[in-house]
Amino acid sequence: MNDATAYMLQRITAMIIAPLVLIHLGLIVYAIEGGLTGAEILTRTRSSLLWPALYAMFVIAISIHAPLGLRNIITEWTGHYGRWLDLSMTALALFLLAIGLRAVWTIS
Amino acid sequence: MRNAQKHTSYFAFLAHRISGIALALFLPAHFLVLGLALEPDGGLDAFLKFSDQPLVKLAEWGLVALLAIHLGLGLRLLIIETTIWRGIRKNLIWLTAAFAGLAGLVFLARAF
Repeated sequence: MNDATAYMLQRITAMIIAPLVLIHLGLIVYAIEGGLTGAEILTRTRSSLLWPALYAMFVIAISIHAPLGLRNIITEWTGHYGRWLDLSMTALALFLLAIGLRAVWTIS
Repeated sequence: MRNAQKHTSYFAFLAHRISGIALALFLPAHFLVLGLALEPDGGLDAFLKFSDQPLVKLAEWGLVALLAIHLGLGLRLLIIETTIWRGIRKNLIWLTAAFAGLAGLVFLARAF
């Protein structure tokens, strides 16, 4: 992946993630009162298709955004770059996607 | 160039980067814990019971603050990069700090 593509993808996924983070933060501070239970969480997330849809979008965007960010950090702070770094970050992206979508499946 | 590292915006850059690393490290654990709900023996509830301790709630507060910081400073970057240049926008840094502080306070008030 060339740096220009990585730059644009990072920004585009950030714009997708920003409102989702606000929703997630709002939900966290709303739900935390009185403690959390699995039943409470699942009742909420299974009450509407909107929650799995939002969180699926969240997971997909983060699976791209986080590895790209780490790619920049590794290049800037260790000087490493190139094929192995791109492959590692792709593997990380696929790993996050797999376990993230599994979590979305769990709550839907 | 050394003086640049004493600038407020350098700390904003560091805070954004370090919060990003912390969140990236936390994320796999978060996804795997949620996946515990798939287990028939109530793995998720057992974990949620464990997480109902003051130290764990403090760690959760830290995560909420990190998320708010990363969001705020990320939005600052998007503003700087997509709008007409009007300086480093120190006000956006302080706005982020206020937002993260508020999010953390509200979380603490409701968690304890």
